[in-house]
Amino acid sequence: MKTQITLTVNGETRDLIVAVHKTLLEVLREDMGLTGTKHGCELGECGTCTVLVDGEPVLSCLALPVEIQGRDIRTVEGMADGSRLHPLQQAFAELGAAQCGYCTPGILLTAEALLEDNPTPSRDEVRVALAGNLCRCTGYTKILDAVELAALRMKGASA
Amino acid sequence: MTTGKFSVIGQSLPKIDAWAKVTGETRFADDLVLPRMAYAKLLRSSQAHARIKRIDTSRAQVLPGVYAVITGHDLPRVKFGILPVSQDEEALCVDKVRMVGDAVAAVAAVDEETAERATRLIEVEYEALKPLMSIQESLANPDVRIHEYGDGPNIHKAVALQFGDVESAFSGSHLVREDVFFFEGNTHLPMEQHAAVAHWGPDGKLTLWSSTQTPHYVHRLLGKILDVPQAHIRVVAAPVGGGFGGKLDPFAHEIAVCKLSQLTGRPVKIALTREEVFYVHRGRHPVLMWIKTGFTREGAITGMHFRSWLDGGAYGSYGVASTFYTGALQTVTYKIPVYKFEGARIFTNKPPCGPKRGHGTPQPRFAMECQIDKAAEQLGLDPADMRRRNLAEPFTKTANHLTVSTIGLGECIDRVVEASGWREKHGKLPAGRGIGIACSSYLTGAGTAIYWNDMPHSGVVVRADRSGLVAILCGATDIGQGSDSVLAYLVAEVLGIQPMDVRVHPADTDLTPVDLGSYSSRVTLMAGNAAIQATTRLRDRIFEAAARKLEVTPDRLAARDRRVFVTDEPEKGMTFAEAVALGESMHGVLAFPGSYAPPKRAGKYKGGGVGPSPCYSYSACVVEVTVDAETGEVKPTEIWIAHDIGRSLNPLLVEGQVEGSIYMGLGEVLMEEQVFRKGVHKAPSMLEYKSPTTLETPEIHTILVETDDPEGPFGAKEAGQGPLLPVIPAVTNAVHDAVGVRIDETPISPEKVLKALELGRQGKSPRVGPDKLPLFKFPEPRAVESAFGQPAENITERPFGT
Repeated sequence: MKTQITLTVNGETRDLIVAVHKTLLEVLREDMGLTGTKHGCELGECGTCTVLVDGEPVLSCLALPVEIQGRDIRTVEGMADGSRLHPLQQAFAELGAAQCGYCTPGILLTAEALLEDNPTPSRDEVRVALAGNLCRCTGYTKILDAVELAALRMKGASA
Repeated sequence: MTTGKFSVIGQSLPKIDAWAKVTGETRFADDLVLPRMAYAKLLRSSQAHARIKRIDTSRAQVLPGVYAVITGHDLPRVKFGILPVSQDEEALCVDKVRMVGDAVAAVAAVDEETAERATRLIEVEYEALKPLMSIQESLANPDVRIHEYGDGPNIHKAVALQFGDVESAFSGSHLVREDVFFFEGNTHLPMEQHAAVAHWGPDGKLTLWSSTQTPHYVHRLLGKILDVPQAHIRVVAAPVGGGFGGKLDPFAHEIAVCKLSQLTGRPVKIALTREEVFYVHRGRHPVLMWIKTGFTREGAITGMHFRSWLDGGAYGSYGVASTFYTGALQTVTYKIPVYKFEGARIFTNKPPCGPKRGHGTPQPRFAMECQIDKAAEQLGLDPADMRRRNLAEPFTKTANHLTVSTIGLGECIDRVVEASGWREKHGKLPAGRGIGIACSSYLTGAGTAIYWNDMPHSGVVVRADRSGLVAILCGATDIGQGSDSVLAYLVAEVLGIQPMDVRVHPADTDLTPVDLGSYSSRVTLMAGNAAIQATTRLRDRIFEAAARKLEVTPDRLAARDRRVFVTDEPEKGMTFAEAVALGESMHGVLAFPGSYAPPKRAGKYKGGGVGPSPCYSYSACVVEVTVDAETGEVKPTEIWIAHDIGRSLNPLLVEGQVEGSIYMGLGEVLMEEQVFRKGVHKAPSMLEYKSPTTLETPEIHTILVETDDPEGPFGAKEAGQGPLLPVIPAVTNAVHDAVGVRIDETPISPEKVLKALELGRQGKSPRVGPDKLPLFKFPEPRAVESAFGQPAENITERPFGT
């Protein structure tokens, strides 16, 4: 069964006709062409498909679009301000925090939500915030470094 | 203006593809969408071992939205396998299934959901055969045969090699230890599930985009499997979302989408589920090991005899190489004058094992480094000092005829001992805290190809034109390690431009010269040397033209800061783009090839092709742990690793490889296990298959040691695999230092620690590990003279001077 929904993703509102059981992950990737959101398990185990809904990290593989109509959805494609990268994206690129890059979108968005709530997290607070996002390449070290660098820069920019 | 010896090499630059990766722009295989594209699903066996009596696809065929349904009868009846000696796989099984997860049919449909529904309408009638789920079961049931080939019933491969007389070495030793270890199997778990898109066009030409580490081997085998000329096939490796060895074989899903595309006249995509990836596997072999080593009073090794039994799973895969690798690299770290190795790989009805990061060497490294720790304790020696005193000699041969060039292991040990405070800590920390050390070495590229041939292992074409653009075409596959970036750095360094000025076009069999693939830590060295050769040829032509214009001889020119200029009159010169235009005017099209093949050093004995490498990396690792005696939980608290990288082309990337290796090793030693119950995977999900998160990964201190190896590009060695090896025994040895128990099998679960502590309280040996060995007769060893201590020959002259 299909239904008409209205989703607001990265500030743009779109009307879509989708099967009611389709997950947000599937709708983003298949119906909206936003392939920046990746899938690692489709069972809510790895954090790869994380997007932000009203600023909070949500596993898009477990979210149903019909239930989050009217809310503000953000994907990795919405992180940069035009061509200006988000400080997290900049820091991840500079510090080698993305190796294969497959888990990167989910981690960037989770980190963005953290820094929104807590602009000066300790390293252990970053660890806790990212504990639901698996990365098999980096050993997390450069990811933690990059979140710390971005936090520092964002604090400098807002001061 | 840049100063110093190099302008790009040695800088911690971002990867050239970092920007695409942080914005989500990188298009992985499952991100590709083509017009009219169909979606495929495989029906996989529910049986571990069974004859296929009948497959009925009629109900699936008529489901609305289904375009095609195929079984093995629709494919050429030819078996294949990655190694020429193990051609034992079928994309879709016809007569027999050998594991749960073997593919038996494939569907293409309008969408994934319809394809999935169609697979459930396919009826397969099986006649169950006895499943053989362990080495012991497979050996005990020779009448039940998983395959009809091999070195005996259910024995895929049995090898025995002897280099000198180990028995007389043992008889003259102060201490001889025999120990038994078990290394549990585990899997790669890349974040990206395998995916592929095939398009078999109306012109009869096939294109396959796939998340593969080896487009060349897939290309090579597709021709055979599909029975079409290889020249009509194009394979493109999409950026790979993590490989670690898990995307190194040609897979059923890749073959199925090709055939389905041919039949439907549409592009066909498939993306595996996470559960399927656990069954596709080809990961770390479970290996049972027996190791006997002689030591002098001072701790020098007098000889070693090593036996390994590998649980191979249902197919050959890389298994013959894996078997030899469990015995190949023991000799390159410490002096081992005489050496004997016996190994066997046994078929079982489980997903086949193959190469995972370190391919066949982390298991013996675990055994060997834990045994050295025990020997040091028995001899009253410091384990770091004992290792330090026994280092292999640079530029010599090992007992098993491997040629070793530079060795930075001594400095590695010194640096981690110093940084970790080893001398103040080992044996001196309070109960429940401990520290352990281990060392290792690894290949920088396999010295022989998977199929014997005299062609290059890697080829690069570098082209430039009047616009000043420089493009690199190379068959190498970036799996996240940064190989595209490394090529850009090397080419930019030689031409005096910036990586930003270079575009890399990788891994497309139509456009790029062959590179064998991203495995055996070979790409930086092999593709790197080929790139330097190609770029040097290009630069020579550009210099020739620029020199004529500047009225000097070409040898007086230098390229740096995007300029070509006279070395001792730097103001006399031109922009790089102007120099390229002059070159194009003088020589025509500027496109130059570079080739690399490793020095031919295979030992002159059967199996001598596994182990040789242009050079070896070395690592020393110290791990500090806490062990909770109440819960048995082991927590690594801090890790120090020093890695002999030859030369660090980009410290940021090297550190990333080292940290990722350490992380992966921690998962293997403390939690990861790919285990089965009644033929079915016990933990085929990321929730059940435990791997370390940010919370289980401690601070890692990486120290890079440079030895400037003559074989490597600008002296570089590998970083992607070697650093995984020492962390596993280092953790194990640290657990012993903390609570006095010996856990001789991975993973070191809390249960095993508690069991060992309990044994200790009962006055028994506080050890948990295997104590039984299979009843198995190895073949008579091939006796070869030990080459230990002979001088290295055939060391390459540096292709491009520093």
